[in-house]
Formats: sequence, structure tokens, C-alpha cells
Amino acid sequence: MSENALDWPADVHKTLRDEGITQVCQVPDAGHKRLIELCQADNDVSMTTMTTEEEGIYMLAGSWLGGCKGVMLLQSSGVGNIINALAMPNTCRIPLLMIITMRGEYGEFNSWQVPMGQGAPASLEAMGVRLHRVDAAEDIAPAVKAAARLAFDGQQMVAVLLSQKVLGFKDFRELAK
Amino acid sequence: MNQLHRRDLVSGLLGERDDNLLVVAGLGSSCWDVSNAGDRPENFYVWGAMGGATMIGFGVAKAQPEKRVLVITGDGDMLMGMGSFASIANDPVTNLAVLVLDNSAYGETGGQPTHTTGATDLAGIAKASGIATTATITKESELDELKELTLQAPGPVVVVAKIIHEPLKFDLPSNNGPYLKDRFRVALMGDAIA
Repeated sequence: MSENALDWPADVHKTLRDEGITQVCQVPDAGHKRLIELCQADNDVSMTTMTTEEEGIYMLAGSWLGGCKGVMLLQSSGVGNIINALAMPNTCRIPLLMIITMRGEYGEFNSWQVPMGQGAPASLEAMGVRLHRVDAAEDIAPAVKAAARLAFDGQQMVAVLLSQKVLGFKDFRELAK
Repeated sequence: MNQLHRRDLVSGLLGERDDNLLVVAGLGSSCWDVSNAGDRPENFYVWGAMGGATMIGFGVAKAQPEKRVLVITGDGDMLMGMGSFASIANDPVTNLAVLVLDNSAYGETGGQPTHTTGATDLAGIAKASGIATTATITKESELDELKELTLQAPGPVVVVAKIIHEPLKFDLPSNNGPYLKDRFRVALMGDAIA
């Protein structure tokens, strides 16, 4: 645990390193901002930004073919983009680890985020992804560790869902003032 | 414009390959071409995942920097994954080449025209996305250049070969994903990895 017990991105970064992850694929999200910065600053981690989330699913399948472990960081809206891509890790039994920041649920102000956010868990499960949902900051790093073990040792597709209860929710009315 | 024969082109390219070359074949005819040139564990056949072959090859290339990685895929697959060019160009690897076999048709679904029949230039899109080396090959006299670019030149490389849309016998490799994955990984890293 880090000095600041609630600095969960630092704990997640350390967990990812401890689990041997060296490739990070991401489409930026505000909820992942600090974790992305920590990974970018780490010379032993390679960070690749995707134009769309399915690129990351395919890239990580290639990483595994080449003997490298990776993680995909995305937002729940990106889940909609990866559905067909999940067929590859599913049918080839390729491990996949994802950390997904949720929108469209607890306290969401933007209705456009609601359909995919609400639909993300069922969509992922329909494609065979195992879910670890987290509602408290102190549970995030342990969930990432468990998900990494289930993914890479258990050869599964696994997603850690970070609830808006942890991440907080935006209020654009405040920003518009 | 489209004069080249895909089978001759691919077998010419892969006929004298060494153990250092890893090949990712995109869905459809590209898989049959690569299989026809000689099946081996260092080939990974993508039987679906349309739009994904180039990123799969990119992932392999980053994980295996000592190897040469060649993605061989079609224009339909590449049109569906054009953002890959930008993602790769901004995190460049020197050991990756992409060969697009461009027959300007969706070959597996009835030969409907793709956008490369008309206004769209895939090599131009790759270049404008920031891919360092790009080329379009249209004639047999350019095949030596194609070989040099795809197998030797510092990557990332994207070469578009204008091929004839022609009916050919399917040369089907295994479509067993876990088998294709495991034999590829074992060829690279040994039995302990399986």
C-alpha cells in the first residue's frame, strides 16, 4: 500500500508491474488520468494510445502471441467498440486484462453516457468476459491483482469495473459557471 | 491498374523465408495465400477479427523486437482498421511491415467493390498517418522492391500491392485458435510457455 492509502492509481501501477505487465494500451479517460501518467513515466512499461478501443484488444492479442503481458485501459463507452474484437481472445483462449472506468450509472449527468454504461456489464458477459466490480478505492488494487491472476494464469478475459462511486461524477453545470 | 497475381507474389516473398520472420495473415484470401506458400508455426492465421490483423502484428512486433513481423492482409480488412496506421506511427517499431494485397474487392462475400476501386488510396492514408515508409506496387518489375521493403527496410512499412481479383482454390489452414496461438508461442519461446 502506498503512503497515501487512497492513492489507488499508484497501487494499481505497482500491482501491474508486480504481475509482469509491460504493455499498456489505452484510450484516455479522466478516471484513468493518473494511472496513465504513472505508466507513461515508467521506462519499463510501454504505453500505446489507440484511436479506438478494438485496436487495443487486437494489439494485446499480438502481445500475448509474442510472449508479453498487457492491460487495456478504457471507459465504459469503449466497451461498445470492442465487442466483435473480443471474439479473438475468446476463441483463441488468449488472456485479456482490462480496467474499465464506468460512466452512465451512479450520478451521471450526461444522458448520452447512460445506454452504453448501463449496457456494458451485460455486453461484456455476453462475450465471455469475467467481471470484478469495485465500489471502494481500497478494493481497486486487490481486484486488479486478482483479475491479472485470473486472466494470465486462468487464461480468461477479465475486466475490472471501476464504479462512479469511486471515481466521482462530473457536474458540467459547475464547469459552465 | 491491378496486374499482379497474389499467389505468385506471396509465395515469391515467403519461399525463401528464414526463422526470423513471423507472419500474421488477415482474414480471407490472405490466409489462403500464406497457407499456400507453406504452413508453419510462425504463421498466425486470423480467421475473423476483421480490421484487426495490423494491430495483432504490431503487438507481436513490440513483444518480439529481434524478429521481423510481416502482416499480409487485404484491402477490406485494412479499410476497417485505418486508425491502426495512426496508432502505430505514433509508437513506431522498426521490425513491422504490412503488405496489403489490394484487389479492390470484398473477395469472400461476392466480389463487391471496396473503396480502393475509387477515390481511396491506402498507401496515401498510411503516409498521411505518419507511417515512415509507404509504397504502392503495381508491376512485376517492382517485386524486388516489394521484397526489400517488406522483409528488410526499417519499419514501420506499409506496402500496397495492386493484385488481380481472381478466383483461386482455397488453401485452408487450421482454424483452431488455441492450436494456432500455442504453436506460434511455442515456436518463439519453447514448450515451457504452453
